[in-house]
Amino acid sequence: MKQLGLFFIFLGHLFTNREPFKIYINRIFDEAVSIGVGSVFIVSIVSSFIGAVTAVQTAYNLIAPYIPKTVIGLLVRDTTILELAPTIMAIVLAGKVGSNIASELGTMRITEQIDALEVMGINSASYLVLPKIIAFIFTYPMLVILAAFLSMLGGYIAGVLTDSVTPSQYIIGLRQDFVPFNVSFAMIKSVVFAFLIASISSFKGYYTQGGALEVGKSSTSAVTNSCIAILLADFLLAQLLL
Amino acid sequence: MIETINIKKSFNDKEILSGINSTFHKGKTNLIIGSSGTGKSVLLKCIVGLVKPDDGRVLFDGRDFTNGTREEITEIRREIGMLFQGAALFDSQTVEENVMFPLDMLTKMPKEEKIDRVNFCLKRVGLENANKKMPSELSGGMKKRVGIARAIVNNSRYLFCDEPNSGLDPRTSILIDNLIKEITEEFEITTVIVTHDMNSVMEIGDTIIFMYQGKKLWEGDSDNILEGDVKELREFIFANKLMKKLQKH
Repeated sequence: MKQLGLFFIFLGHLFTNREPFKIYINRIFDEAVSIGVGSVFIVSIVSSFIGAVTAVQTAYNLIAPYIPKTVIGLLVRDTTILELAPTIMAIVLAGKVGSNIASELGTMRITEQIDALEVMGINSASYLVLPKIIAFIFTYPMLVILAAFLSMLGGYIAGVLTDSVTPSQYIIGLRQDFVPFNVSFAMIKSVVFAFLIASISSFKGYYTQGGALEVGKSSTSAVTNSCIAILLADFLLAQLLL
Repeated sequence: MIETINIKKSFNDKEILSGINSTFHKGKTNLIIGSSGTGKSVLLKCIVGLVKPDDGRVLFDGRDFTNGTREEITEIRREIGMLFQGAALFDSQTVEENVMFPLDMLTKMPKEEKIDRVNFCLKRVGLENANKKMPSELSGGMKKRVGIARAIVNNSRYLFCDEPNSGLDPRTSILIDNLIKEITEEFEITTVIVTHDMNSVMEIGDTIIFMYQGKKLWEGDSDNILEGDVKELREFIFANKLMKKLQKH
């Protein structure tokens, strides 16, 4: 509970006595490149294979002859949009981006770089953390869209190459009974997850105390706590919005 | 001039500073000395506002830094430069960007003027050709010099140095000490240095405060420190063989 209280105080501190917004603009772009563009490769690989595996495993489980093969496309689409793209990618990026943020801020803390900012009269939390949160909130939904597209593409390629489904059956499945709100739901989830990953990881890194060992612990703790928060938020959002 | 009035600080019920009263003078190198764990760095952090004292006040030229309004505190903070023990340079920035950082953040100076000021400060610390180097490419002494350049670039009125020659060889230590002293006198800065290096004490100690177990036990300068009659101070000064030999002579 104490940690939770400190976390909310930390969030409040990001917006009090902050620097003029123009100072943040360049930092937001830098962070967007580092966090967003830097994650394109891992997101592409993971999402493509997840889509491929979903298609192949769905085909493997379709034993009954009266179930049309178009179900494969439909299932890949819905699982991808509802869960795999926003949530699984969030878990993956909690590992990549979250640990990166925590270790970067933790190292800055133990090498007194954060103290140097404070001595200059700069709100270090706001200067260092706010651009990361804003950048991730903007870039993560884009990564989710990319992940969803590549996942469906991966499903298509795997399904067709293994003769599990024909191209037309897969495309028909993709377009069948489409619910547009699912995309909105995925975008809402992606914004929430991005905020959770960036803020929790920053919090853990910013309050690192000690040396290199503690930086490692903060990094691990950032990933663990982000994952738990993502899963909890996933459940809550599903209950609230679906 | 900086004054500390009855500064007290405890961590987990352990008293670290027990009512420190001291004055640090303008244009002089003011040293805080003592063994490890005597509260020197905590006192320095209380003075620069990184640690809030439990009691007492810090005055910067009469301006209350401890209990002032946010605007007053921010104004004073922007007149402070600090050299950290490990220099605390920003890893992702070049030397030039590191030194320019306070100007970017705290002033509305035109770009050309900023570059001129950065070049002047880097030249002053003897690093005129290091603008594009990254901190990882610098030696310990060079990092300290960049740290000094960053600390003075904004025409700071107060300079704080936490163990400025830790991790440096004796020759580089003396160079850094002398550089700090020259800059202090040249720009009329109030400089406060935390150290336990006796070479620095003898070389640049205009005023010296000796701390022991959170208390100020002695105050003087480099001319009279060897005659100091406090037992703990004498144990501190004559701790190593070289100083013991000098004492015998």
